[in-house]
Amino acid sequence: MTDQIVAFTYLSIVASVAGLATILVRSPVHSALSLVVVVFHVAGMFVLLGNGFLAAVQVIVYAGAIVVLFLFTMMLLDLRRHETERTVHRRQIWLAIPIAVLLFAEVAWIAISKPEISENLKGAFPPQTIDELGGSAQALATVMFTDYLLPFEVASVLLLAAAIGAMVLARNPDEESLASPPDMIEDAAGTDGSSDQPEGELSETPATHG
Amino acid sequence: MSIPLNAYLLVGAILFSLGTLGVLMRRSVLIVFISIELMLQGVNLTFAAYGAFLEDMAGSMFVVISLTVAAAEAAVGLAILVALGRRVTEFYVDRLDTLRW
Repeated sequence: MTDQIVAFTYLSIVASVAGLATILVRSPVHSALSLVVVVFHVAGMFVLLGNGFLAAVQVIVYAGAIVVLFLFTMMLLDLRRHETERTVHRRQIWLAIPIAVLLFAEVAWIAISKPEISENLKGAFPPQTIDELGGSAQALATVMFTDYLLPFEVASVLLLAAAIGAMVLARNPDEESLASPPDMIEDAAGTDGSSDQPEGELSETPATHG
Repeated sequence: MSIPLNAYLLVGAILFSLGTLGVLMRRSVLIVFISIELMLQGVNLTFAAYGAFLEDMAGSMFVVISLTVAAAEAAVGLAILVALGRRVTEFYVDRLDTLRW
């Protein structure tokens, strides 16, 4: 019992301090790395709640995919101005802090004074049922592919749409002629029509970086 | 479950409020994005805590869907930033006002 309290105290303090660091540090790279610390400690709280599957998914998706995506984007962008310019809005901060404090007071009041969880509200998955099923992954799978099949499918369509949208948005419009199939076939075949084609490629490549 | 539900909800509230403060306060577009992810962490913790204490799998299911939406949002948002990076050199929310005419 006490070891759970010690673990929760550690996890909550480090998650809160890392969350504060995420929004206060100057560099976006440091901010993303602080978010990784938050993600790992929230995953630790998922373990304390007896949901090891969510903890694993949290680390894989957030720390492994989303934060890496952020870091990749930061490498692609020119962020030198972030080292010298102002990091916060000059006047908006005096409105932002009271709004955030008010929001915290409201949500914390709800969190502290929540109604008691009565027995008739409880669902069909007490800890011993989850143990009988073999773990939280099996328990989640039993509802994911039955009761929540439609949201699961909708989420997969959302991911597909986001993947296609990201590719369309991030594609360089200058390279469209360069990547069209007929040119590539001519290049591969080595026909004489390709004599002026490399010139076009060479002249366009520096323009994309400039 | 020796730790009360209130403690988890309070940590979720702290993370959500910090994320809100970051969104409202910071100028950098990237840090605004990261703050949104921080808000989603607080929401995920609240969902998972209620799911565990109500002994229901709906909480975990919503965390999984929220993760999916977060991944989709990050992918599309960062793709917009990459496309924007070809035109502008400063990524501040008070300077990116081309659409505001």
